[in-house]
Amino acid sequence: MTAAAAIQKAKAALALTSNYAVAYAVKAADVDVVAVYPITPQTTIVEKIAEFVDDGELNADLIHVESEHSAMSAVVGAAAAGARVFTATSSQGLELMHEVLHIASGLRLPVVMAVPARAISAPISIHGDYSDVMNTRDTGWITYIASSAQEVYDTVIQAYKVAETTLLPVMVSYDGFLMSHTTEPVELNDEEAVKRFLPRRERPNVLRPEKPITMGAFAMPDWYYEIKYQVQEALASSLKTIEEVDAEYGKAFGRSYGIIQTYRMEDADYAVIAYGGAAFGNAREAVDVARERGIRAGAIRLRVWRPFPADRLLKQLAGVKAFAVIDRAIAFGSPGGGPAFIDVATALYMGGMDVPGLSVIHGIGQRSMYVEDFVKVFEMLKDGERNKVVYMGLRL
Amino acid sequence: MKVVYKAIWDLPVEELFASGHRACAGCGPAIAMRWITKTAGPNTVVVNATGCMEVTTTQYPETAWMVPYLHVAFENAAAAASGVDSAIRVTSKKGLWRSGKTNVIVIAGDGGTYDIGLQSLSGMLERGHHVLYILYDNEAYMNTGIQRSGGTPRYAWTTTTPVGRAIRGKIQAKKDIMGIVMAHRVPYAATASISNIIDMSNKIKTALEYTEEGPTFLHIMAPCPPGWRFPEERTVEAARLAVETGYFPLYEYDHGKIRLNPPTSNMVADPKRRKPLREFLKFQGRFAHLTDAEIGELEKEVVANLEYLAKLASL
Amino acid sequence: MSLPKVHEIPIGGIITEPGSSRRNLTGGWRSLKPIIHDDRCIRCRICWMYCPEGTIKETKGEFVVKGRKYQYKYEIDYNYCKGCGICAHECPTKAIEMVPEA
Ligand code: SF4
Ligand code: SF4
Repeated sequence: MTAAAAIQKAKAALALTSNYAVAYAVKAADVDVVAVYPITPQTTIVEKIAEFVDDGELNADLIHVESEHSAMSAVVGAAAAGARVFTATSSQGLELMHEVLHIASGLRLPVVMAVPARAISAPISIHGDYSDVMNTRDTGWITYIASSAQEVYDTVIQAYKVAETTLLPVMVSYDGFLMSHTTEPVELNDEEAVKRFLPRRERPNVLRPEKPITMGAFAMPDWYYEIKYQVQEALASSLKTIEEVDAEYGKAFGRSYGIIQTYRMEDADYAVIAYGGAAFGNAREAVDVARERGIRAGAIRLRVWRPFPADRLLKQLAGVKAFAVIDRAIAFGSPGGGPAFIDVATALYMGGMDVPGLSVIHGIGQRSMYVEDFVKVFEMLKDGERNKVVYMGLRL
Repeated sequence: MKVVYKAIWDLPVEELFASGHRACAGCGPAIAMRWITKTAGPNTVVVNATGCMEVTTTQYPETAWMVPYLHVAFENAAAAASGVDSAIRVTSKKGLWRSGKTNVIVIAGDGGTYDIGLQSLSGMLERGHHVLYILYDNEAYMNTGIQRSGGTPRYAWTTTTPVGRAIRGKIQAKKDIMGIVMAHRVPYAATASISNIIDMSNKIKTALEYTEEGPTFLHIMAPCPPGWRFPEERTVEAARLAVETGYFPLYEYDHGKIRLNPPTSNMVADPKRRKPLREFLKFQGRFAHLTDAEIGELEKEVVANLEYLAKLASL
Repeated sequence: MSLPKVHEIPIGGIITEPGSSRRNLTGGWRSLKPIIHDDRCIRCRICWMYCPEGTIKETKGEFVVKGRKYQYKYEIDYNYCKGCGICAHECPTKAIEMVPEA
């Protein structure tokens, strides 16, 4: 180990918000082009990256775009030209990018984006929920939902490897404010080791004068379907890559997370499925409380939201009597209430399984979620409440 | 302007925009594409906004482009090109871009420039990217079937500005896009016409040279036979008359200084050398409904614009 | 002809063959056909410059027409000519004639 690396290792554990953890991961990944437009609660990511760039610690071009639409367009352009790229946004910004999200996956560009999740207007809210991330469900992006600042840091680095292997864009989301602005200890990797973990490799879809290709062509009905199906297939098979990269990362840096995380599921009768830091944190505590009250409770966290880890999840649900999904977003007008519930229900149906469930909406616009609320969910399950949508924390 | 090409025989021979594209017969923008690529040469990345030139040149699995080409969407060509520019610059420094000095050129129509793409154009210009932005102006949304844009001239018929009993064609005047670009104080911006290929090619060369300093802009007049409703063989003539009647003045903005180019400079010096506007309007179906009084009004606007430009040039 | 399947298509909808539009012979669009009368052609290059299809070929060589020596000859590749007539309209000597397609 070089002296510099040794020093870096020595002071590797820092107190960071999840947003700053993202910025450190971007620096470690030696990103070339960053294009970000300010929006709460994302802004401190780009501020930190700007510091790194202006201090010469990150050799990247920071494009001060005039909108999120242009942020995504600029990183698409930069990735098309072969650069390693990064962007970040939240809420309205993610909505404004939406058109280009489809293009990033359609062109098969390894764009990496961080999304501290936030509620969507109107009424305008700067607070957290997952309405923004859930709206990107069908855009062809791999989507992680992390639950701690450490996991955010590790996942952003993993995301580059996953993106550059699968040639799909990757989003790393986490709770706006509850994580984006909360300080936690984060162990940083040796940056040389990250460089070895993320070697530069050639891609077929790069703009080069020596080998001129046309990207973004106009496809008639004879061709469009096959090209879009390739994205569908790439997403489906990316779960394997996500798992392998996570394992390889674990070997190199000592931390890995899997695709779903479980808590006391071994003998659970009732399972709560959640995503994000706050919801899963509450779910775990509620499991302990519920077990003290004689309910065999367990919790499952979706770390990967797209592609939806149906097989892994069904294995966990095979032995339970009933489950509940805690959604921090509303799928307006849908039969299932919350987006993740709808996917879990679909996964059960497709898997030929019949496990009853409750769809619980909570934490909308960062409405406080209490551990006791989650305990109540376990009690409702035990009391036989089934197949309905519960709006928790709502003054009804 | 750097005069690289003095005469027609100096023009580059190599074609980088292939035959077999699906633009309409007599397409003015297609003539522009040929000369943009020929002049810029193979070390060029083209970023194209959605529009006529995108749909007619890239119908999968065939492409007319012989340079690397990227189309992202309609409103964001300048933003995507910003990314390409940044990528080339940073990865060159890191030894990852091995193609040497490479031009980045945006090609967008009037809809993609005056209207939906104006924000990303402004952002790109303000940030000072090393990008040449080329607007090919056929004065309406032709690809979707002739709808008015901010670049459509006053009184023109389009399918969204029909000649009705209450309103006859487009009410508003054509936006001064050059004025907007110049307000960004870019190193270089110029107008050109597909009728004046030598002038246009020299301006492309000049603009590309100046992109080392920052963004440059070209506004190219490129008539559309079906959209303007004139016979296909008259495309070049239409562009020529646009220039010769003063409807589309040729000029450059070079580091803050405006210079009128011939023949516009000649007609400013001697108004008799300007052809009557009627000659430009009369064979176009989109202006067929115009009364003498309306033509008179348009002519006044043309003269006022020339006087305005002459004043700017004298500063 | 059967079209390629999912795995036979490059990813991302990219087109890897530059200038492959040449496979699309647009000559079939033509209703009028330009004929260059070589004896009237003064080798000014104007038709070559303006053709939107880039389908007027400039050939270098020794060409003797009516006792005059020329270094160039202009010929139309009818595979792509759409018959727009710009070349005929712009030709200063009216050397190009538009004739109806048979
Ligand atoms: S008729 Fe049109 S397409 Fe054909 S050669 Fe002449 S200019 Fe080109
Ligand atoms: S424009 Fe006419 S004279 Fe000139 S090269 Fe063409 S055919 Fe010959």
